[in-house]
Amino acid sequence: MNGGPVVRVRGLRTQFGNHVVHEGLDLDLRRGEILGVVGGSGTGKSVLLRAIVGLEACQGGTIEVLGKQIGTLSGVDRRALEHRWGVMFQDGALFSSLTVRENVEVPLKAVAGLSDTQRQGLAELKVSMAGLPWKANGNYPSDLSGGMRKRAGLARALALDPEIVFLDEPTAGLDPIGASAFDRLIVTLRDALNLSVFLVTHDLDTLHACCDRVAVLAERKVLTTGTMAEMLQVDHPWVHEYFHGPRARAANEGIPDKD
Amino acid sequence: MKVADTALCDLSVDVVDKRVVLSGQLVVWTLSKLSDTPDAAQIDLAAVIRMDTAGAWELTRRRAAGGRLTGLSDHHASLLATVTEALPVPDPAVEIPAWWRRTLEGTGRRVAGVLVYLSELAEYLGRTLAALWRGLCHPSRFPATSLIHHCQETGLRAVPIVAVMSFLIGVVLAFQGSDQLRQFGAEVFVVDLIAISILRELGILLTAIIVAGRTASALTASIGSMKMRQEIDAMRTLGLDPDLVLVLPRILALVLMLPILGLVSALTGLLGGAVMSWIELGISPAVFVARLADVSVSHAVVGLTKAPVFALIIGVIGCHAGMRVGKDAESLGRMTSSAVVSAIFAVIIADAACSIVFAQVGL
Repeated sequence: MNGGPVVRVRGLRTQFGNHVVHEGLDLDLRRGEILGVVGGSGTGKSVLLRAIVGLEACQGGTIEVLGKQIGTLSGVDRRALEHRWGVMFQDGALFSSLTVRENVEVPLKAVAGLSDTQRQGLAELKVSMAGLPWKANGNYPSDLSGGMRKRAGLARALALDPEIVFLDEPTAGLDPIGASAFDRLIVTLRDALNLSVFLVTHDLDTLHACCDRVAVLAERKVLTTGTMAEMLQVDHPWVHEYFHGPRARAANEGIPDKD
Repeated sequence: MKVADTALCDLSVDVVDKRVVLSGQLVVWTLSKLSDTPDAAQIDLAAVIRMDTAGAWELTRRRAAGGRLTGLSDHHASLLATVTEALPVPDPAVEIPAWWRRTLEGTGRRVAGVLVYLSELAEYLGRTLAALWRGLCHPSRFPATSLIHHCQETGLRAVPIVAVMSFLIGVVLAFQGSDQLRQFGAEVFVVDLIAISILRELGILLTAIIVAGRTASALTASIGSMKMRQEIDAMRTLGLDPDLVLVLPRILALVLMLPILGLVSALTGLLGGAVMSWIELGISPAVFVARLADVSVSHAVVGLTKAPVFALIIGVIGCHAGMRVGKDAESLGRMTSSAVVSAIFAVIIADAACSIVFAQVGL
């Protein structure tokens, strides 16, 4: 296993017009870890995710994913890289005119030589691994609940067995039972598939349940990174408020129950 | 394991005395290389350096088909176990009925769907009338501001397009009619032709079609987007009556405005006809007006009587479609286009029905 980070961001600067979102932002995602990215609303968590996968142009700094520098890639290299990561958007971003199984089959169509039966079988396996029942395969996204759409989005992100998965608020809008099931699913899949997971979230329970490390976005950069235990020691006011607020206390108290 | 550096995934497949020996990466990209080997063969995996779920899935399939797997590393064995556990269990297949049954059932469902649609339209008409009654009983709750706003939107704003269209229709009728009538030396009857066709049929029908396209889509889109964002539900919980606040002013504005638009259309149509008759046939405006006075006024009455009927049809179809919008943007688009098509279709059907009724009455 080579030890270098799978995602390496150095000195990132992004801005919209005069509004600077990130400046001098450094971040590493190590292989096989689940990194939780937290921050207040408008601190550019989702923008960071979009910049890393190349959906948002950055005005400075470098982003390397799996050793390739984003933004300088040729079309072929870019596509090769896209096959090695999966992105799950907030509401699943499923194609509304396709069924769930067809949605998961879309990335698989890039694989030459797969027969239709194999593609269907693999898609059904991913749908099942994402925790959806069999009959969801034939459903259209509009027939699904929010939680099921997220799971279907995850199944599509995992279709090609990527090395990195980017998840944008995977548990937002889910009920607590659904959210904790999703947390377990992420950990299970990470263990089974040796994924590196970049997880943007607001959910303190998710941070506790899944994340190996947490990166806090504030003041246009990554303020601090570390394990949950280390986060509790940081005395930056916002970080302290975030990890010691009433909600955080409830989540912190939840830990011993699980062990 | 230098996974990150192996952009090229490679798998070599060797068959050694009925054993399939794999070496390299057994991943989704190399799965097709296995397709030539027999399903039930013994597979040696000792030299596989990387396996993903797709590879594991293929192995579980082969194991189920009687193949034997040897040389699995611990890591790969646990992946195999995970995949085996996650294998989807298909629901018992639902028996598909014979084709004639499906056709019959589909036809029946569509017919029933049309009947349900018609009954829902009738329900909306009733609800609008009930809302009108409530509004008249409690004038303080009557949405007067909203009514005037929608009169402006559906009426005043539509005047230019309706006027231009009718003017051109009048021009065309005069031009085509004079050409035909000249062969019989009956040019002067072109005035009757224009007057009767515009006053009785074309003026109001074409206006209704334009308004159906313009306003039915706007009704569906505005009510539908409120429905999509749960504004309608919010109104209900706040004690506001959507029928009174949203539907009534829109439909009432249409009912008030369409006759006026029909009148505008008739006048500009006659104007267009008069201009063209003067240029093409030399019928002076004075002669045109004199001939026009001989045309029975009942034609204009018939034409304008149809206007409120068409307005009700357009309004009810548009509002009903808006209320049927679901939670996704796709249904908004679908309902908007279906509202326009249904409204235009219904207006033409109603026009045909009116023709029969007026013919029976003798107007």
